[in-house]
Order: sequence, then structure tokens, then C-alpha cells
Amino acid sequence: MTDAPAIELRGISKAFGPVQANRDISLSVARGTIHGIVGENGAGKSTLMSILYGFYKADSGEILINGNPTAIPDSQAAIRAGIGMVHQHFKLVENFTVLENVILGAEDGAMLRPSIAKARKLLTELSSEYGLKVDPDAVIEDLSVGHQQRVEILKQLYRHADILILDEPTGVLTPAEADQLFRILERLKAEGKTIILITHKLREIMDITDTVSVMRRGEMTNTVQTSRTSPAELAEMMVGRKVLLQVEKTPAVPGELVLSVRDLRARRGGVERLKGVSFDIRRGEILGIAGVAGNGQTELLEVLGGMIMASGGSVSLFGRPLDITGAQANGQSRRAMGIGHVPEDRQTEGLIMGFEAWENVAFGYHRDPKYNMGLVMDHAAIKADCTDKMARYDVRPPNPRLPARNFSGGNQQKIVVAREMDRAPDLLLVGQPTRGVDIGAIEFIHRQIIALRDQGKAILLVSVELDEIMGLSDRIAVMFDGRIMGERLPHQTDQNALGLLMAGVTEGAA
Amino acid sequence: MDKMPKWADVVLIPLISVVLALLVSGLVVAIIGESPLRAMQIMLRGAFGSAYGWGYTLYYATNFIFTGLAVAVAFHARLFNIGGEGQAALGGLGVAVILLGVDWPHWSLALAAAMGFSMLFAAAWAAVPAYLQAKRGSHIVITTIMFNYIASALLVYLLVNVFRVEGSMAPESASFAPTTHLPSAADFAGGLGFRGSTPLNISIFLALIACGLVWLLIWRTRLGYEIRSFGQSETAAVYAGINPTKIILVSMLISGALAGLMAVNVVMGEAERLVLDFTEGAGFVGIAVALMGRSHPVGVILAALLFGALYQGGAELQFEMPAISREMIVVIQALVILFTGALDNMVRLPVQRVFLTLKRRRDRAAPPHPAE
Amino acid sequence: MDFLTILQILDSTVRLATPLLLACLAGLYSERAGVFDIGLEGKMLVAAFFAAALAYSSGSVWVGLVAGVAASMVLAALHGLASITFRGNQLISGVAINFLAAGLAVVIAQTWFAQGGRTPQLPSDARFGNIVLPGAESTIRGIAQQGPLGQIYSELISGHSILVYLSLALVPLTWWVLYRTRFGLRLRAVGENPAAVDTAGISVVGLRYAAVMIAGILCGIAGAYLSTALSAGFVKDMSAGRGFIALAALIFAKWRPWYALSACLLFGFFDAVGNRYQNIQLGEFIVPVQFMQALPYILVVIVLAGLVGKAIPPRAGGEPYVKER
Repeated sequence: MTDAPAIELRGISKAFGPVQANRDISLSVARGTIHGIVGENGAGKSTLMSILYGFYKADSGEILINGNPTAIPDSQAAIRAGIGMVHQHFKLVENFTVLENVILGAEDGAMLRPSIAKARKLLTELSSEYGLKVDPDAVIEDLSVGHQQRVEILKQLYRHADILILDEPTGVLTPAEADQLFRILERLKAEGKTIILITHKLREIMDITDTVSVMRRGEMTNTVQTSRTSPAELAEMMVGRKVLLQVEKTPAVPGELVLSVRDLRARRGGVERLKGVSFDIRRGEILGIAGVAGNGQTELLEVLGGMIMASGGSVSLFGRPLDITGAQANGQSRRAMGIGHVPEDRQTEGLIMGFEAWENVAFGYHRDPKYNMGLVMDHAAIKADCTDKMARYDVRPPNPRLPARNFSGGNQQKIVVAREMDRAPDLLLVGQPTRGVDIGAIEFIHRQIIALRDQGKAILLVSVELDEIMGLSDRIAVMFDGRIMGERLPHQTDQNALGLLMAGVTEGAA
Repeated sequence: MDKMPKWADVVLIPLISVVLALLVSGLVVAIIGESPLRAMQIMLRGAFGSAYGWGYTLYYATNFIFTGLAVAVAFHARLFNIGGEGQAALGGLGVAVILLGVDWPHWSLALAAAMGFSMLFAAAWAAVPAYLQAKRGSHIVITTIMFNYIASALLVYLLVNVFRVEGSMAPESASFAPTTHLPSAADFAGGLGFRGSTPLNISIFLALIACGLVWLLIWRTRLGYEIRSFGQSETAAVYAGINPTKIILVSMLISGALAGLMAVNVVMGEAERLVLDFTEGAGFVGIAVALMGRSHPVGVILAALLFGALYQGGAELQFEMPAISREMIVVIQALVILFTGALDNMVRLPVQRVFLTLKRRRDRAAPPHPAE
Repeated sequence: MDFLTILQILDSTVRLATPLLLACLAGLYSERAGVFDIGLEGKMLVAAFFAAALAYSSGSVWVGLVAGVAASMVLAALHGLASITFRGNQLISGVAINFLAAGLAVVIAQTWFAQGGRTPQLPSDARFGNIVLPGAESTIRGIAQQGPLGQIYSELISGHSILVYLSLALVPLTWWVLYRTRFGLRLRAVGENPAAVDTAGISVVGLRYAAVMIAGILCGIAGAYLSTALSAGFVKDMSAGRGFIALAALIFAKWRPWYALSACLLFGFFDAVGNRYQNIQLGEFIVPVQFMQALPYILVVIVLAGLVGKAIPPRAGGEPYVKER
């Protein structure tokens, strides 16, 4: 074939109502290379890829595949053009088998049996060719996330994709699984496939890509050879100013014992998700819980936050037992005891998206006397408090009457953080504090967490971002399959060692 | 930031939806072979043309305020209570039990007791589906519909076997004692032309008070805040320490009690005895009223007035145009539910587009530097 | 209770289960595709009316069937418009359709026939007759003289309308479509995860409309059966909650075709018992007729209360599909 780039975009623009998501974007990716796209949340990466995959139609601009102008009005056209996409949230039918998922939409005729037989054969070939081992008859919900991702990749290969787009593929993987993924990608590249990797993890960009583009506010600001740049430089290009990749903090001075968790167990949907977790947190320290999503961290936060009941074990706060199975195991009494909780998902838990900002500022604290006048709520007092918090936590726009859904991700999170941290709780539970938050807000939220620690409060930090865990924690506990695999001090460990623990490998066994 | 001003959302869209529903209804009338305009005239005259018409219109509207509020309160907790009909029927039973069972010296005491019993019986009838929804996840839409059927069978049984007056064939209870009769509009507003025959009674003031209380509950109290939170997001409510079981139960009990209160208007205020099927579909009209009124008490009052007029005007229409069945009301009600509820986006999206275009034009018309 | 009486009850079980089964399968297609449908009741009712009306005026029950199915499909399309195209609330849409059907059927019946919202009694050639299978007896006396096997054949298996046999055949057919065809795979997928279907390049909207329209056809047949086979004409509210009972049966059956058959037969059986024994005497106590009439509805509540274990509906059920950014 020719030397034409596998993908060339010329002047792509796309607006959603008043928001310009992509502005005059041009990009060229050579065949057989891995190209990274980095950018903050809302920079327009996903929109651009959705246009390439036919989910949205660009307002203007041109797409060339292998040098030929190609119209991509829908996903079918993208598939025909040889484009495959692995979404951040897998598009798999959970109660279908691997085979059924692979053939969905690419069946051979109206009857299933012949399609399945054919797919089984092809899948075996593909699996061995690319090292993508997976049981074709396994049901998706029984597979690990890493294997589910393989199914997604196989799905694309089954459709003869030559261009593979991966959107934040490592968010749910252990470092070891991520390494495996990268080996697969290298192999695909060697076979002549072209890969676009969208990520916010600069380290991954440096490790695996050949070229990298930076997006900011809907524009493509830069495209460089990966070997000629550095993480710091990329970060600066993303944000448009110098960024501190590390928050500065002084060593911890742990004090009195605040939280003591012993052999904690919890179930969800009949499955035991916490299988005997024990740890302590003292005043003035941050305990970071590392681990791949879905290994019990969510349940840990929910039991401590009073959202679900424990099925066993005990928890004590300042030496007094905490109700984890009875009538007092709810968010209201937790708050009354001085436990703050920044939940993992601000959109479905932390905020009521249809409520205005001021109503959200009282959320969970709406029974607080300072927000009430006898039988009715004191709206004026809540609004005043909201205005005050918005100013101090730099929430933009500082308008208490704006519904939560109209704020950006970072500003939504600042509302939650302001509400939960401003009362200086003795114990703060924090889940994924910076997920989907822009870099400016990340810095701000990290500084707030450390400031709270320096006031002598205890903090339990759950995050799937190892960088965040390493940067903030005074001690790190790693969770795997509902258990704590071990505790480490951040300056005495590294990402590889933690990665092994996250995959369930302890030194004794290794 | 917002796609359109609030007034458009609250007033303009429901208004367009209702107009569309009425237009389609007119189409149905035209297809039947009658003149929609003439039908409209007859209905308007029937509903508002005389004190007699007003009396019935407001009497019906009183029912619909109660049942509309009932649906609205449940809606705020994202519960779809289709059981207003059955709950109101049980409310009627409560009224009959207490008014027949006790000798009341004065109507005011009787009213208080009847209110209490109607709310109690109706809430109890709503409690079972609510409990099953909260504890067993049983679909409240289906269970409340089933409870309507069961309530209807229960009332038939009781009226035939328990309440029926000895020697009478009619499945209805004995008349209540005259001391329990509520003041009618002829008594308190005779100056406005209401006669003794008007069904309108002081219950309409109860309905208006209920509107105020519901407003206070939903938008000013902690419970209302919790109900609205739960309705918007159950997981967020759990995060905030709001007990879902409690919210489901409490909002359904309130909803049932409100539906039950319509029995005070009908059974105590108008019929003055318990009769079969006294609800006449008012429980179902409540759904249309709540949807059209955007689950807000003020909207509910306006929507209830519209349906009151439709009911009364529809009765007049039946005399003048026998070809049009009284069921036409049900068609209109269905169309209102369809346009204000299910087809909301059909109206909303074009309206949003119009406002967006207007805004853009305004922005363009007022650039930072004036044109030459 | 003698053998023949039992057979007669089972026979009427089959008759009464048929509309439930058709409606239940209708709901199965729709809900498996992720569209909740509480408008089964209304679609049946409107079909019952148009089937009876057209059968009466044309004299052909087949014309009636086509009219009933067509009317039901119009309402199905309306449900699709509201819940798929305009992403409205599926429950509200269903409720609206139920009222629309209840109102329209009577309004049109009144203008058309002026008999107080009902159709005239259908003559027997404008109804679905009973098919007597080869070798079966068809008279009561003839059946009574047969042996047990012959009685089962003549009373229970033979002598139903063609729609009964059709609905029974639809059970294996539905199973086959669902689990053995490409369409079935896609249908189940769109009810579980429409995003997977969308990214695979298949139209979510198209699939869901197909499912909703199939539901319309099946409800249409169910309604036609009510007014032209089970009874001889349309009367107001004649569906009597069968659409909701079918939904309960669907939940009971956990959205699976063979279980749907069992669940519908169960509800049909209680209906048959209630019809046959208007007053059951238990010692001193006489069970009132109203209780027997309310029994199917009470059973629905009991079934939904989960005496049968937790049912997990299709995961994307009830949610309109919106593309992610």
C-alpha cells in the first residue's frame, strides 16, 4: 500500500449547543505506530474519538483513512473503515458469553449456530496469534476486568480492525495487567495495526507511544515525538502553565488512635466483598488504600460511611464501638459522630445533580440545627453558607442557584469537598477524590486533604491512581479480593512492589 | 448556561402540551362527526356559564386537587401511585364507618373525625404496596393497580352485605345523620348564586389548605428535602443517610391519605352516604393533574380546575351531543398524560431550540463593539 | 369432583390462559428489548374493540383480527414514539395508552353502534369457532361416554379456537427466536446493554421498535381473542386487568418463554376455578363471590411480593438509551 497515514484528520470541529468541544483539529497518525492523545477532562479527546468512531458527526472537517477521504456517519461505517474502539467502560453484555459478545453485530446470517461455530475457530486463531488467552464460553460477568478488556480487543480484531482506539484502557487494570496490555499492543503494532491511546497517565504515554498529541480546551495544541518530550513538559502543555506533579508535604506526626477496623466483612449481591479487613488510623495521618477497582474498596468506604451493613467484624472510633450492623449504621449518625465522607462517585452519590448548589451544600447535613428553624429548613442560612463555601473553595461560577449538573467535574467535586471537609471532621473518608477532575482542581483538592491532616485529623484515602496514593499517603495499604495484602511506607516502596500486591502476589508467595 | 428560562419550563411547556392534547381531542370529536368548536362552547358554558356549572366544576376540582396532590407527593419520591382510585374508595369506607358508627353532635366534629378516618383507611390501603415496594421490590405500579381492583371488590361486598339498608336493593349505605352534613356553597357563598342543590361544599377549603401544606412539606421541611433527594437519586440518598424504606413508606402514606380525603368531599359533602363507585375515576384523573401541574401545588390547582371544567362540561355535552360518550373525558385525560408526561421531550426539545436560537441572535446583535 | 369436571376446569384454564399468554409474550419481547410496557392492557382492549367492531360489520372474523392487530400496533407505535424516539417515561406512556384505549374504545363504540359503548352481539360466523380435532367428540354427551384418554383428547386438547393453538405454538417459537437467531441475540443484548449494541453498529432504536411492534401484534391477537373467541362482542373494560396479570406472570416467569406458559396457565387456572365456583363453602363460612373475583388480583400481589424469589429484570429495562459523550 501507500505511505499515506492510517488516519488523517483535517480541520475537525464540533459544538454541542454553546460548547465548542472540538475546534479545527488536524492530526495525522502513521500506519503501524502507537499514537497517544493526552489532555485534561473536557479537553475534547473523547468527542474527537467519538467522531472518528461515528458516534457524532463533525460540524466541519474531513477524515482520511489510508489517504482516502472517508465519511463516517455511524459506527457501522467506522467498522467498515477498519476502525475499532475499546471504550473506557466496556461495551459488553454481562450475561452473555465471550463468543456471543464477539459475534454481536458481526453475525454470519440469521441463525446463531453457524456464526458461533465460525467465531469459535477464528477466536482460537486470534487468541494464539496475539497472546489474548480467554475462554470463549465464559460468561462476561465471571471474568476479571483484564480479561473483559481482552474480549473487547478480540471483538475489534474479529471485525478486522486495523486501527484500534483505546480510551483510558489502564484505569481498571493492575500495573501487571497494564504491562500485559502494553505487550499486546506492541504485538499488534508489529503486525501493522495502528493504535491510538487516549490516557491521562503521562507515564504510559512515555512508555509506549511513538508520537503524542496534546489537547486543551477543544484544540490540539501540540503533536510531538514521544522521545523528545518529558512528563513535565506534557503536563505543562496540557494545562497551559507549570504544574506541580507532586504536592509538598511535611512528614506525618501521628497522634491518638482514631479509627480501628478489625476483621471487617461485608457482602454485596450475595458475594462477600470484604473478607476480613483490619487497620488503624491515627490523628494526623493519611492511610492510602491502593488497589484495582472492585477489590472491596468501595464496600469498605460504604460500611464506614454507613451506606451498607457489615456482615462481620468490628469498628471503633476513638475506642468506642461504631454500629456497623444496626439502626445507627447510617450516614446521618456517622456525620453526627464527626465522620466526613467524600464518596467515590460524586454524580450518583455525593450530589443530587438536579438540586441547586445551595441545596447540595446541606446534603447529608440537612438536619443540622444551623440549617433549620424549628420545623422548616432555613433556606437563607443555607444559601449564605453556600456562598461562603464557594468563595473559600474557589467554586466557579460562584452561583448558589445553579443546579449541580451545570458545574464542571472539578467544581462539582469542590462542592462535595467543601461540604465534607469544612467541618473539619475527625475522620475523613475520601474515595477517588480527583477522578474526572482537571489538574488545577486536583492540586487544590490535594492541598486541602493535606491541610486537614495537618490539623490533626485522620484520613482514609481510597484511590485507584497509584500516583495519588504515593503522593498523599503516609502509609499505604493494598487491597486485593476483599483483603489487605500488606502495608507499606511510601518512601520504602515503589510502584512495582505495590503493583504485585495489587495483583494479589505477596512476597511469601512470590 | 441554562437552556431556557425557568418560566418556559414551568409554564410554557405544560401549556403547549395541554393545548396539543386538547387539539388532538378536538380532532377525535371531529372524526366522530361533531363540531369540536361547538363541543367546546357547550363545555365552557356548562362549566362556567352559571353558578350551577361553577358549583359542579369546583366540586370536581376539589376531588382532583386531592388526588392530584396524592400523585404529586409520590412523584417527588419517584413513586408512581396509580392506586389513588382504590385508596379513595377506602377513604370513603372510613368516612362511612365513623359517620354511621357515632352520633355526631355537630358537623365540625364529624368533619374532623371523617378526615381522620378517611386518611387512616386510605393510607392503610397504600401501606401494603408501599411496604412491598420498600422491602420486597414489588413493582408499585402493578401492585397499586391490583389494589384498585381489590378495593372495588371489597366495597361491592361491604355495600351489598354489610352497609346495605334492610329491604333496599341499592348497594349503598344508609344516609348520614343531618348533624354531619357539611355546609354547602349555598350556605357560605349563597351571595354568589349557589343554590341548595350545589355539590360544592367546604371541602374545597380543605383542598386549598392541603395544597399549602403539601407545598410546605415538599419545599420547606427536612422530610420534603429527603423525599425530593430520594426521588432524584436513591444511591445519593443512602449516602446522605436517608432511609429509603422510611421515605417510600412515608411518602406513600401521605399520598394515600391525600387521595382518601377526596371521600370527605364526595361521601360526606355531597352524597351523604356511601355509594358504589363514588370515585368516578378521580383517582386516575389525579395522574393527569399531577403531570400537568408539574407536581407543584399551584400547578395542581390549575390542572384540577381544568379537569373539573372538563368533567362538568362533559356532563353537559352528553345532553347536547349524545353521540359523544362521557368516556371522551378519559380520552382527554389520556392525551394530557401522554403529552405532558410521556411526550414531554417532543415539546421540550423544539422549545429549547427556539430559546437557544433567540439567545444566539441576541448575543450576535449585541457585540462588544457596536457596528458602524 | 369427578374426572370430567377436572377436565372441564382445565379446559377453561387453557381458554382463560390464552389471552394472558399472548399478552405475556408481548411483554416478553418488549421488556427483553429494554422497553417496559404496562400498556399491554390498553392495547388488548383497543384490539378487542376493533376486532369485534370489524368482525360485526364485515361478517368476517379474520377482518376483525386484522383490524384488532392494526389498532394495537398503532398504540404500540405511540409507545415507541414516546419511550424510544422521545425518551419519555415508559411507565407514564403505558398509563396514558391504557386510558386512551379505555376511552377511545367506548367513545367510538358509542358513535358507531349507539349501544352504550359496546358492540352488538357477534353472530357465530363472525367469531372464532372451536376446532374439533380429528377423531374427537364435540358434544357433551359424546365426551361423557368416552374413556379417560378420549376425554382428555376431546375435552382438553380438542375444541379450542385456532388462536389458542397459535398462542401455544408461539411459546417454542419465541424460545427459538430468542436463543437461536441473530435477531434474538440482538434483542436480548439491547435489553441488557444497549451501548454494546450501539457500538457494534446496530441500531438500538430499530431493534427496540421491532420489539415494541411485535408486542403490538401479540396484544392485538390477545384482544381479538377476548372479543371474538372468548366472548361474542366488545363490552367496556373487558380486558379486566389481564394486561397487568400478564405482566405479573412475566415477572414470575423471569422473562423466559416456557416459564411464561406455566405462569399464565397458573393464573388461568385460578380464573377458571373462580368462574366455576362462585361461592365456595368452607365449613360454616361461605367465601363471598367478590373474593373469588378479586382472587387473581390478590394472587398477582402475592406473586410480586416475591414468594417466588427475586426476579432480575433485563438490566437496561425502563431506561431510554442516551449515547454517552
